[in-house]
Amino acid sequence: MTMLHVCLLFSGLLFCIGLAGALARSHAILVLLGIELMLNAANLNFIAFWRYGPPHASGSGPIFVLFAIAIAAAEAAVGLALVIAIYRHRQSVRLQEEARLKG
Amino acid sequence: MSPAVWFGEVGASLLAMDWTPAIASKLAPTVFPTGQTESAFAERLPLLLRDAVTGSLPEPWRWLANSLIAIVAIIVIFASLFALLTLAERKILGRVQNRPGPNRTGWGGILQPLADGIKMLTKEDIVPAAADRLLHFLAPVVLLALSIVTFAVIPYGRHLVPVELDAAVLYFFAAGAATELAIFMAGWASRNKYSLLAAMRALAQLISYELPLLLAFVPVVMLAGSLATTGIVAAQGGWLGGVLPHWHVLTPPGFAGFVIFMIAALAESNRSPFDLPEAESELIAGHLTEYSGFKYALFFMAEYLGMCALSGMAVTLFLGGWHAPLAALEFIPSYVWFAVKLLALLLGFIWIRATFPRLRIDQLTRLAWKFLVPLALINLLTGGFWVLTTHWTGGMLVVRWAIALVLVVGPFLALGRQFQARYAPRTYRYA
Amino acid sequence: MSTFALGTIIALILGSAAVALCLRRLIRSVLLFVISWAGIAAFYLWAGAEFLAFAQVLVYIGAVSMVTLFAVLLTRRHDQPDLVIEPPARSRAAAGVTIGACVAAVLIPAILATEFPAASATAPTFSVRQLGLDLMEQHGVVLLVVGLILTVALLGAVVLAASKEDAS
Repeated sequence: MTMLHVCLLFSGLLFCIGLAGALARSHAILVLLGIELMLNAANLNFIAFWRYGPPHASGSGPIFVLFAIAIAAAEAAVGLALVIAIYRHRQSVRLQEEARLKG
Repeated sequence: MSPAVWFGEVGASLLAMDWTPAIASKLAPTVFPTGQTESAFAERLPLLLRDAVTGSLPEPWRWLANSLIAIVAIIVIFASLFALLTLAERKILGRVQNRPGPNRTGWGGILQPLADGIKMLTKEDIVPAAADRLLHFLAPVVLLALSIVTFAVIPYGRHLVPVELDAAVLYFFAAGAATELAIFMAGWASRNKYSLLAAMRALAQLISYELPLLLAFVPVVMLAGSLATTGIVAAQGGWLGGVLPHWHVLTPPGFAGFVIFMIAALAESNRSPFDLPEAESELIAGHLTEYSGFKYALFFMAEYLGMCALSGMAVTLFLGGWHAPLAALEFIPSYVWFAVKLLALLLGFIWIRATFPRLRIDQLTRLAWKFLVPLALINLLTGGFWVLTTHWTGGMLVVRWAIALVLVVGPFLALGRQFQARYAPRTYRYA
Repeated sequence: MSTFALGTIIALILGSAAVALCLRRLIRSVLLFVISWAGIAAFYLWAGAEFLAFAQVLVYIGAVSMVTLFAVLLTRRHDQPDLVIEPPARSRAAAGVTIGACVAAVLIPAILATEFPAASATAPTFSVRQLGLDLMEQHGVVLLVVGLILTVALLGAVVLAASKEDAS
């Protein structure tokens, strides 16, 4: 088992924790954080392949992660704004109570 | 040794540890890189002293001992600077307000910091019954650790850089941004709604001023072409005719950046006139209401250390770091110049505190978002122009300066006039 | 030494993330998430991508955590525990964990069975200057698009979260 295997196993486990959390918890903010965790796990893969992949001279891995971090920040801002808007409307942030589209 | 200081040391030593092959290559085998060996004896004195202690050790232990000495030196120097600064602040404020200041302890009050320290240490440490005890303890520790960690990348002298990082400026401001979390923890863990509200106010202020703070140094990074503090200092070396140093503050974008940076730094370190988060006369002590004894002292230590770190960074970015102002004065060791500039900025902080009245919260946020951020964004443009025209010579030099000055002064006057037109003349009503 | 550091980082990240998703006190779980983000920054540092590590700290610990904590405080019902475990919620949790375990059961053997080409002996060097040149030249258009997305997203977030004056 190489270093790359270790890093990939680790990021895979992190992804699964994020997935289980996003599906299991009913609080909207925790679900969003679970999704953030999955994004982070994907970022870890880019860095693992960049560091322990076959020899290369490009910086595509870190640059992709940089863009992913930027997009994740935007996603967090919009997601949490939505949570606040829903809370103001329904006085609740529990996802199973938000089954209706009609306001 | 107090747990907090220990945590800070562990944090700093973790950063200095040999745990990444890539970083290790950048950390020179000795913690203080030895570049030029031909420099004067006084210049190399700290290194010689260190080598006299650790020189006989075998290699990995020597490296570790060197790192530890660097960490201990930084903590001891800046902790004593903190003690002296509190005394200097009270004395100077006293003189400005036409009173003697502390003069009972020791000779003319010189032992006052010691007395304050003993008082703080022996006070009862009160934790509210409903408080989240763990977070209540962790908040001052995290805050102090993060403020100490920022000292790692500041070049104190020609050979005195604790950690040379490629992205040192980013590291400094990343550690600074993380302190917001500690303030939230302090407000939340107190389980007191006024603490929480005050913490939210403090966070709103810190986040607002983070923006101009970060935008203000970008022109400097563009001018120096480097995010490493050593690179930025090296870019400011040399003199024009032996008299005029190449400091960034002496260029139009650098000057505007310096002013914006210092205003934002005042707000970031909760100093008057931006000391709303814990304005004594208005809010008791804001998010520190439920803190007492040594934890309270740790908060204050973190505040002063943050002020020192931001001033050190301002010296590095704008005031030429450890370079002497005149070529003829270069015989004085570089770390003395750094200390002189740092102390000058710190005295400026105290002077400002003695002079200006406190802002209201709406004035504070308006100043950040409607004045400093637009100015900093325009200053980015000026910085770009300045970088693109570095090859202009002769008569074009006058054109270059004229355009850059218009780009700096014009927006300032325009925005300032707009500001004044809307909010002035102010009518004062006396209660 | 290096492997020991990696082990510590991995244990820190996985442990804090797992505990964060099980806790009932929301503020504590957000703070644990912050620890796991800090661990991820430490991983980047360990792998030699120091610029990314500091960017991760600046964005996640400096900004995302703040937005999250503000959201938690703004959507808090007065001192009520944020989660009441009811039977439907319990079955939902069980289903979530099962799905997560299933995905893990697929991923782990897949990773273990794959042969990767040999790694380069030395860490790839990638200076901040190189990163900046790459960003500005090769990926200039992407950088512009990302900036645009961020601006639009933040404006949208402000519009969504801004309270109307007449709301009680």
